[in-house]
Amino acid sequence: MASNEEEILTGLAEIVNEITGVPAADVQLDKSFTDDLDIDSLSMIEVVVGAEEKFGVKIPEDEVKNLATVGDAVSYIKNASAEA
Amino acid sequence: MGILDGKRVLVTGVLTESSFGFHVAKLAQQEGATVVLTGFGRLSLVERIAKRLPEPAPVLELDVQDDEQLASLADRLREHVDGLDGVVHSIAFAPQTALGGSFLEAGFDDVSTAVHVSAYSLKSLTMATLPLMPDGGSVVGMDFDAQVAWPGYDWMGVAKAGLEATSRYLAKYLGERGVRVNLISAGPVKTMAARSIPGFDQFEGVWDARAPLGWDLSDPEPAARGVVALLSDWFPKTTGEVIHVDGGVHAIGA
Repeated sequence: MASNEEEILTGLAEIVNEITGVPAADVQLDKSFTDDLDIDSLSMIEVVVGAEEKFGVKIPEDEVKNLATVGDAVSYIKNASAEA
Repeated sequence: MGILDGKRVLVTGVLTESSFGFHVAKLAQQEGATVVLTGFGRLSLVERIAKRLPEPAPVLELDVQDDEQLASLADRLREHVDGLDGVVHSIAFAPQTALGGSFLEAGFDDVSTAVHVSAYSLKSLTMATLPLMPDGGSVVGMDFDAQVAWPGYDWMGVAKAGLEATSRYLAKYLGERGVRVNLISAGPVKTMAARSIPGFDQFEGVWDARAPLGWDLSDPEPAARGVVALLSDWFPKTTGEVIHVDGGVHAIGA
């Protein structure tokens, strides 16, 4: 189970790339999913579903709107996997 | 023993785990049904979600505005089931210009799209699947009470009024073939579709306060149970009906 930030970022970047075609190298902590990476709301949901499967965590749909940047998502997954 | 033992059911409109369709499919499987799903747009997302059902279900692509996909649906379904006993219509869309308070400005192209996808499609889907229901079946659609005007629902409200009328005419024309057509008029639930309706948050708290039975915006299961009941053999002489699963709000004046 990935638990440190770097592993989570790498895994998340792979998911983003697989689902949206955005180059994994562009997926950096300070990037906004919508403004910088141009990811629409449905793609974002799919990224979240992919992340749930990859990291074995649960990310409620209500939480997705709070995950503005890649860093937000990485922290959420890190905390959620620490609790799991 | 489940109330859908041996039944074969097509469920449309699964997008995420909050979708009515997901909960209908889950309950239907738990009650003994074989389920096939259709998805639109993000098929890869629907396929991921389909794997979260008790039994992973096959996903067929269906855009209800695409006549070729509708025409091939029966054959594509036959690859998974030898017939159908039930069809669940959980499909609606309106362009953002037709929602959220711009009722007076929306052009007919956008209104037309809303009515095509959200109301006419009940007829298209039913006719596309009719060859698989030679001995009759149960068609169930998802409604939101169209008897009154709601904040921001706008042309989707008009489309739902169209859906209600469409189900009555389908009931009239398909009764002789043993096909029942009914709607579940659900209270508001925070699905992906609801999240895209501007002003949906105005329902927060209000519905729960008005409903004699109370209402939880985060729980799609009560409405899904209503759908499963209508799919079962326990409403054998009910058709053209709108059943409210809304905590009782429709019955209360103030």
